Amino acid sequence: MAELTEELSHVKAEEPDVPSNKDVKVYPRDEKPAGGPEHSGTPTVIVDDLHIIYRVYGAASDAERGNAANALLRLVRRQGRPQMREVHAIKGVSFVAHHGDAIGVIGRNGSGKSTLLRAIAGLLPPHSGAVYTDGQPSLLGVNAALMRDLTGERNIVLGCYAMGMKPSQVKEKYSEIVGFSGIGEFVQFPMSTYSSGMGARLRFAIASAKSHDVLLIDEALATGDREFKRKSQERIKLMRQEAGTVFLVAHNLDVIEETCNRVIWLHKGKIKMDGPPKEVLTAYNRV
Amino acid sequence: MSQPESALADARAGGRKDGTPSAGKESLAQLAERYGLRRAIARPSLPVYLRQLWERRHFVLTYATSRNISKYSNSAMGQLWQVLTPLLNAAIYWLMFGLILGAAKDMENYTAFLITGMFVFTYTQRAVSGGAKSISGNLSLIRALHFPRAALPLAYTVQELQQLLISMGVLAVLVLVTGEPLTWSWLLVPVALLLQTMFNIGASLVLARVGAFARDMNQLLPFIMRTWLYSSGVFFAIGDKIRDADIPQIIADILYINPAAAYIEVMRELLLKSHTTAPPWIWGVCVFWAVFALLVGFWYFWRAEERYGRG
Repeated sequence: MAELTEELSHVKAEEPDVPSNKDVKVYPRDEKPAGGPEHSGTPTVIVDDLHIIYRVYGAASDAERGNAANALLRLVRRQGRPQMREVHAIKGVSFVAHHGDAIGVIGRNGSGKSTLLRAIAGLLPPHSGAVYTDGQPSLLGVNAALMRDLTGERNIVLGCYAMGMKPSQVKEKYSEIVGFSGIGEFVQFPMSTYSSGMGARLRFAIASAKSHDVLLIDEALATGDREFKRKSQERIKLMRQEAGTVFLVAHNLDVIEETCNRVIWLHKGKIKMDGPPKEVLTAYNRV
Repeated sequence: MSQPESALADARAGGRKDGTPSAGKESLAQLAERYGLRRAIARPSLPVYLRQLWERRHFVLTYATSRNISKYSNSAMGQLWQVLTPLLNAAIYWLMFGLILGAAKDMENYTAFLITGMFVFTYTQRAVSGGAKSISGNLSLIRALHFPRAALPLAYTVQELQQLLISMGVLAVLVLVTGEPLTWSWLLVPVALLLQTMFNIGASLVLARVGAFARDMNQLLPFIMRTWLYSSGVFFAIGDKIRDADIPQIIADILYINPAAAYIEVMRELLLKSHTTAPPWIWGVCVFWAVFALLVGFWYFWRAEERYGRG
């Protein structure tokens, strides 16, 4: 399996003839020119030999913490912190995504799924390589903008503005968000008083209130009761129809199988496999 | 500061270094070009950037207000603290410097003098310190959503401005209570605050970029702020002190060029009838710093726009 992995990580999506391995089919959608940009098979996202390197700051030792003189000394000497480490999260990923694709991204924790999505969204600068996109990809997620101490009402407004809506759009969407989340009168209480399910519902309701060109969904479906899961899956399907291309990260493989027409399996920052859901998921489940 | 410039160069140069495609196949970069796809990370031109920022003005305002509300939401008295905090601060300064240290003896209405200086300085201090943390403290937000990053330091300054407007109300009452007359020059107070706000925005933009890449800035900042506090003439009148100590007048002039000292002096001139030690060109200093900081701040912050969030 090891040499297979090695080989596959070099496979690019535009090279359809992969050496006779029946496990793997590289996506053969790139039947060139024909219809111009409006053709349904046109590329919307191209990831070209992408490398992402994070800087991680470890916890400072007790001796060092809070001592302003040490901090000054380091600034003068232009030294990095000894605890600073670089994490090579994405190591040379390449693929082409097309209009109408719904691509599932799977892999173990820490395999670089979320990092890849953020890079496609243009939120993480590449160390080398590039991401080319048609329009502005958006990550489905406003969690970071919301404040626990504030009421649901305020958070809805804040979240909508954070996603770049205009005041008129916020007014228009407000009741729809409250209705979809199903939290009722709790909207007037601080979010810190919500149960985790209620919080997740509200967050998903806010995040999905906006339509997108290229949509990136990171683990949005993991929470909520059965009724809400069904509702949110319907909402995702709707968003897929509006969006050109959807990327979906999930640990719940059923969701991937139901929603996606292509799956990318990431392992330690490289593409281990890239192909139709059935084949990739079968291989993934064997490991 | 430890951010390698080479990473930026790499990002600009495009990723075609190795893995040259075999003959007859086009590279991914060429494919992207043929279909008119653009790089996900690209810094817009400065005018476009400012327009994007303007489009996000509702976010900036809501974010600032929300932060101010959430700050006191856990206390029983809630938003009343927005007034109580400056009031208590004023009481402590008055007790320490006015009564115990007795600095009040050689100056008319020292209480008003001190409180004015403290409130004005606190505005700049809090806006700048907030700005320094605005990028490094919001990495998750930066890694989740798209918006001009300058919105964050801007929101922190707006948040402090909202707090300041309440403090100014408290200050006006206190100044009147201590016996200062209400004069026409009070009408110029908003102009002084506007200039100071322009300076604060610019300074917090600069510090936001510095703080984003040099994490140690947060350890160093309290040092800088305290030094700045002591040299800005919050506790004493710079002109009087220099004259008493027989130091050449030029030193006083240099101290008055300090933006914080200038904004403090201007506010005192407007509010306090008894206070006239600042040189006549102090307004010029205020205008210069406001324009200079704002222009340099935006330019400097925008230059690193695509690199915020890498950590």
